[in-house]
Amino acid sequence: MTTSPDGEHDSHDIVAPGPQSPRSELAVAALLVAAAVSAIAFIVVYSLEKFSTQHELLGITLAASFAFVAAALLLFGERVLPSEEVAEDYPEAAAPMEQEEVAKVMEESTSGITRKRLLVGAGGTAGGAIGLAALTPALSMGPWIDVAPLYRTPWRPGRRLVDDKGKPYKAEEIEQETFYTAFPEGSSDRNLGASLVVVRVDPAALRLPPERAGWAPEGILAFSKICPHAACTVAIYQKPTYGPTQPGPALVCPCHYSTFDPAKGGEVLFGPAGRPLPQLPLTVDAGREIRAGGNFSDAIGPSWWGIEMEEPH
Amino acid sequence: MIRRTVNFLDSRTGAVPFLRKSLRYIFPDHWSFLLGEIAMYAFIVLVATGVYLTLFFEPSLAETTYTGSYKPLQGLAMSEAYRSAVELSFDIPSGLLMRQTHHWASNIFVAAILMHLLRVFFTGAFRKPREITWVIGLLMLFATLLEGYLGYSMIDDLLSGIGLAIGYGVALSLPVVGANLTLGLWGGPFPGDPAFESRMYVAHVFLLPILIGTLMAGHLALVASRHHAQFKATKRATERKLVGMPAFPAQVPRSLALMFATVAVLFLLGGLVQINPIWQWGPFEVSQGTNGAQPDWYLGWLIGSLRLVPGFDVTIGDYTLIPNPFWGGALFPLVVMAVLGAWPWLERRFGGVRGFHNILDRPRDVPGRTAFGFAFFTWVALIFLAGSADRATVFFGLDYESQVVFFRGAVIVAPIVAFFVTRRICRELKRGEEIGVDKERAEEEAEEEAQEAEREKEPAPA
Ligand code: FES
Repeated sequence: MTTSPDGEHDSHDIVAPGPQSPRSELAVAALLVAAAVSAIAFIVVYSLEKFSTQHELLGITLAASFAFVAAALLLFGERVLPSEEVAEDYPEAAAPMEQEEVAKVMEESTSGITRKRLLVGAGGTAGGAIGLAALTPALSMGPWIDVAPLYRTPWRPGRRLVDDKGKPYKAEEIEQETFYTAFPEGSSDRNLGASLVVVRVDPAALRLPPERAGWAPEGILAFSKICPHAACTVAIYQKPTYGPTQPGPALVCPCHYSTFDPAKGGEVLFGPAGRPLPQLPLTVDAGREIRAGGNFSDAIGPSWWGIEMEEPH
Repeated sequence: MIRRTVNFLDSRTGAVPFLRKSLRYIFPDHWSFLLGEIAMYAFIVLVATGVYLTLFFEPSLAETTYTGSYKPLQGLAMSEAYRSAVELSFDIPSGLLMRQTHHWASNIFVAAILMHLLRVFFTGAFRKPREITWVIGLLMLFATLLEGYLGYSMIDDLLSGIGLAIGYGVALSLPVVGANLTLGLWGGPFPGDPAFESRMYVAHVFLLPILIGTLMAGHLALVASRHHAQFKATKRATERKLVGMPAFPAQVPRSLALMFATVAVLFLLGGLVQINPIWQWGPFEVSQGTNGAQPDWYLGWLIGSLRLVPGFDVTIGDYTLIPNPFWGGALFPLVVMAVLGAWPWLERRFGGVRGFHNILDRPRDVPGRTAFGFAFFTWVALIFLAGSADRATVFFGLDYESQVVFFRGAVIVAPIVAFFVTRRICRELKRGEEIGVDKERAEEEAEEEAQEAEREKEPAPA
């Protein structure tokens, strides 16, 4: 039951008398008129062609109309309507009688059943099977089972490296201290395994693993542009900044700053990547054009449970 | 007139007893109780502006050429999704206002939920009988983060692409089912099937909003059913008696004023303060990266955690079990959610506090919880800060690698320090108060004694 704190006002009234302030009532009315004016201003701004995409003016007029209403309401609540503190008991914590009744209804209505376990089991089976059936159409979304597409890349031995306009790269065009983005000739670049970063290092500085001898003709190296951490693009070629671990220029992914050493076949120097940047073997043909010598050293893109570290296809 | 209407309503709906109760429903008075309301009003703005945006946004990856009025993009190939989002920003009257207001509202929505969460945590409002309300609130927060992420991911600009790539990497890293789940949802290796856009769209404009709305309704229904918890602001406020302002006449106009004020602020921000200038990022291409675009701040803690984890995959020989992004991108947020979600029960089990609680704690009165909370949120906040380490490199020239090394140590040390320091401060504050109270009491007693002595001295009238 609601009670007034001090019982000052007439006990028949539920609400204590208000503050009685005709001046405030006028102010509230004025604020509401201001709100209307602002709203109309918004409509006008919107309909005048030279202003209609002026989001500043639109925002200010619309915001003003809401702000005036807010002020009016505040004033109305504080100065015109009565406001007094009241007190009330918190609701009962629980209803033990009803709890008991619910339990009884459930117990008594099922007490005659002799094969409870069987029925529960059958019900569970039906529910589970129907649930599975309801989910089955979602299988159309996937490939859910076959993860082979994750290994696919468009690179094949002899495929030319081209730039974003489709022009083949020549060995001479690749200079040191800068990096190039290359694509497989005649393939869509929306494939995660398509794009490459190409850099040139001093052949004397190369420290490739022995089985990759000959992968970097003239010191030209190609790597997947997709970070093996979480699929961002390796978009920075950084001068050495961190002496102890970074002897030469490094490839960096700007998302979480995995840093890879091109001279060492993409080995991780720093950052969260758990494996090296996959390298693509290169050859330079008689016409000095750069071609793929095969497929990547490892699967490209982020890893997953059960990924096999072998040449993709 | 009023009586006639009430009678009309009551005889046809029987709703008037309920209405009477609602009118006199009591709201205890404290500014911090308004944070949740701000979130609710921001949500209303999100729905309203969001509906407007759907009238113009085309969620399709079909390729087209931009011919709108923004010069730098003219003639560029892009998806219908990005084209329509740019058109909405430049060529549709009030389109940019609505888009920016929508984005601002999402930021304020998350911020208000977080502040509300902190308030509820540190005052112990989550205790029995309000644990379910707390858990629902947490679910709402996480649904909201996903909703926000999808919101800027559907636009198909470069920022979307980067965010989605990372989401793809984290999804792939989930134990056992990662590859299957990811290929299933995306419909193929990243960037996936064009239908992935439709999947994000229906999640963003229908599934998640419905979920959030339903959770919000449940949250509010539970609050109303158990009534608000209150601070012990007056003597009359007790565990059994709630003291505050009735819904009407006192609270309704105030709350509505707050609603209109929230809307006003959001439209003002949407009109005046640029947010996510999508036209600057350009269309998404798999082979392009940038480090100029930043995701919304509320995903910063995940970026930080992804960055701080040292580089390793869990492998057995050549067989990979758990790739690196799992730790920072999936496990970390799950741990945060699980700890917060389990907290009411942890506190009951180990703090030994049982029974009903309608009176809120002052943080200092519960040094254990307050200290744990400070330690925990320090941990999360530091990881969040680490997410902007690269900004610090750009703006202050701090060496990135050293920062990461520093943060890796700090996220372990700082929470421990925060725990003990906070506990100490709470205890000192309390002791200070007790001394104060003792002193007052002593002074009172001294005064009384003096008076008594005086009385005794007065010689009895002869
Ligand atoms: S995606 Fe490259 S470092 Fe995380």
